[in-house]
Amino acid sequence: MAWYVGRRLLQMVPVFFGATLLIYALVFLLPGDPVAALFGDRGVNEATAARLREQYNLDEPFLVQYLLFIKGALSLDFGQSFTGRPVIDLIADAFPVTVKLALVALAVEAVFGIVFGFLAGLRRGGWFDSTVLVLSLVVIGIPVFVLGFVAQFLFGVKWGVVNPTVGSDPGLTDLLLPGVVLGALSFAYVLRLTRNSVAEGLSADHVRTATAKGLSRPRVMTVHVLRNSLIPVVTFLGTDLGALMGGAIVTEGIFNVPGVGNLVYQSVIRGEGPTVVSVVTILVMVYLLANLAVDLLYAVLDPRIRYA
Amino acid sequence: MPASDADQPLLQVRGLHVDFTSGGRAVHAVRGADLTVYPGQTVAIVGESGSGKSTTAQAVIGLLPGNGRVVGGQVLFDGRDIAHASRREFVELRGKHIGLVPQDPMSNLNPVWTIGFQVREALAANGLAKGRAAKQRAAQLLAEAGLPDADRRAKQYPHEFSGGMRQRALIAIGLASRPRLLIADEPTSALDVTVQRQILDHLDGLTRELGTAVLLITHDLGLAAERAEHLVVMYKGQVVESGPALQILQDPQHPYTQRLVRAAPSLASQRLRSSSQREQVAAAAAEHAGLAHAAAVAGSDVGVEQTANVIEVEDLTKVFTIRGSGPRGEKLRAVDGVSFAVRRGTTTAVVGESGSGKSTVAQMVLNLLPATSGTVRFDGVDITTLDARRRFDFRRRVQPIFQNPYGSLDPSFSIYRTIEEPLRVHGIGDAKSREARVRDLLDKVALPAGTIRRYPNELSGGQRQRVAIARALALNPEVVVCDEAVSALDVLVQGQILTLLNDLQAELGLTYLFITHDLAVVRQIADDVVVMQKGRLVEAATTDEVFRSPRQEYTRALLEAIPGGNIELGV
Repeated sequence: MAWYVGRRLLQMVPVFFGATLLIYALVFLLPGDPVAALFGDRGVNEATAARLREQYNLDEPFLVQYLLFIKGALSLDFGQSFTGRPVIDLIADAFPVTVKLALVALAVEAVFGIVFGFLAGLRRGGWFDSTVLVLSLVVIGIPVFVLGFVAQFLFGVKWGVVNPTVGSDPGLTDLLLPGVVLGALSFAYVLRLTRNSVAEGLSADHVRTATAKGLSRPRVMTVHVLRNSLIPVVTFLGTDLGALMGGAIVTEGIFNVPGVGNLVYQSVIRGEGPTVVSVVTILVMVYLLANLAVDLLYAVLDPRIRYA
Repeated sequence: MPASDADQPLLQVRGLHVDFTSGGRAVHAVRGADLTVYPGQTVAIVGESGSGKSTTAQAVIGLLPGNGRVVGGQVLFDGRDIAHASRREFVELRGKHIGLVPQDPMSNLNPVWTIGFQVREALAANGLAKGRAAKQRAAQLLAEAGLPDADRRAKQYPHEFSGGMRQRALIAIGLASRPRLLIADEPTSALDVTVQRQILDHLDGLTRELGTAVLLITHDLGLAAERAEHLVVMYKGQVVESGPALQILQDPQHPYTQRLVRAAPSLASQRLRSSSQREQVAAAAAEHAGLAHAAAVAGSDVGVEQTANVIEVEDLTKVFTIRGSGPRGEKLRAVDGVSFAVRRGTTTAVVGESGSGKSTVAQMVLNLLPATSGTVRFDGVDITTLDARRRFDFRRRVQPIFQNPYGSLDPSFSIYRTIEEPLRVHGIGDAKSREARVRDLLDKVALPAGTIRRYPNELSGGQRQRVAIARALALNPEVVVCDEAVSALDVLVQGQILTLLNDLQAELGLTYLFITHDLAVVRQIADDVVVMQKGRLVEAATTDEVFRSPRQEYTRALLEAIPGGNIELGV
């Protein structure tokens, strides 16, 4: 186990360098001078520009810039944004919001996806199953920005059930609607995954043996069918959590959620290269760690898996 | 439920009809089956797959698959008709009154719960014990079923158990609530013969001690005769014959039973062909090999002498690194210094239990798996030294037939394409002559010409194995390696395939390397036997010697484990 985790952590090292180098190159090797862009129409003040270039190491060759950035990143010093705030503070503000939003979305997809998928799987081919399957296809088919705007208009504007936008420092209830929209797509996948997994599990030999032991039907269905069916579902949910942590640019944009997705989006629009690179670097690490956690969780769920 | 007299039948099945609906059509799986089980008695239902034997048992315990239905007749358990009992009534009956030991120990335990949990669950469901008491009782039951170190073992998961261990756990579960009737559905057919014997002995002892009646479902007539007092023979959904076990074996009345008795490999005792004919086969083989060889090496500079031994295996060793064993890399010696030779035109059987390394040997002989050390010589040439062109030629001359005809044929290939593919790959003939060759091959393996346009899923297991044989023979090979080629087949089909292989050997002068766990099959087909145990060769001799006077303890154990080996036959 320790050997496995160690190996996985070691594997992250090349991924970390590869990913950051790629992002760094994409942001800073693009044509156009971000410092010149800061001055807009007013013309460049050479003294200020030179100070900024020095501050962000833009006067160094590309590889030196990159290595200096890595040096800072390893000590969690990501420098300052163009507005003068430390980048780490921006991340510290945005990240908790995204975590909350991700958890709401995850809860929605897990609870509804598993419950509906379980019921549909038990009655495969029945009217409930067919209805749920068609609905899930519809959800998969609708792009998230359509779903987001429609939900915002209906619940926020027309019926006024919730605030149409979220604003700063949101609570869990404020994030309910964006969370539902964000989780909708994965909800459909979780539902279908659970349904297939349950329907398959029903005909497993060990389920028949459990019935032959004299167990009641509800017990067989939960302890022997559902429990086993959850293995692939939980794996999917875990991977999805990793993706959700990366922020949802579209959903956060629609509902004006001050999360990581929004931060990246705003930084890209303003041409704040250093912020973009720093945030994305952290996201890469979060995603890698989340994946490792999922793999370890998998071994807990399925005793047949062992890592060494 | 009232306690029943010993004279009153415990279970009576009368005129049972079971239908399956598939695609809107009803299939009559059981058509008027009758059988009676008295308290404490062991009754065996014998038949091939599709005979309705398992369906009958499933109807008794209310476990018919979703599309199956009892459409007629009665199932009287303790005098009460349970053929149409409600779900609630069946929950009450199952476990407590009727227990089940299922067929495949690998798939019948839930992989995510510990063994102990799965035994305790049975106790709790039938209101026998809970909590700590259940824990103790579960360990007792497992120990009773012959599981050593039961306390510790109960905390382990099914994948940490061997097949035999799992079957013991399933027996513990089946008997946990002391049912009066135990249905044992092919309880050991997935296990090695030696393990099979231990498990059946143990089950026998336990049920006798507890006075449990047993309904044993099996395809193996020898096993049924050895274990049951009363036999019920089923064929195509009907009971064709029933009576005391010995009487059925020695004086079968129904033509189907007679065929079954004749085909039972565990009861037959002769090599399928006499030794004088064997010599002709050997001569034909040498001639055939000579011709094929001359054709193959024409123009090449290797002049290889004809050898008496077509395959020579010397000090063959294969070491695997166990997956997930960490940085140190634990090693497994799957094959350990094995040497033997295969004479041209004969059949050599490699026998052993699962894990003995016999299939690994087959793969190395086929040059599909590199050996760690040692050599395999084909016609005097080390097969690892072959260059690409000679290896291609080797592939033509040595062909495999694998165990599972459901898995070894490509489902998207028509039968024609399956058999024709090797011809095309080796650039033999044109389209027209290849088609003629395929028709000829189908004829050789006794398949109708109409099969040519069909697909594997439209054929039965026996037909598929015939296709696999035709494919193997397409290139006129000299050696055919049969890796458990008949063990997935029903006994009658198995007999037919063995006869076919034997006839083809005589006709084409083939040499077989026959990998099997079944000594009864060995006796029918092999001239020489190589016995393997845990990767090592323990005995190598002619079949007659091995069967008449086995030198090794292990070989003796294997021989004794053949079910019904000592029963005199009437046919």
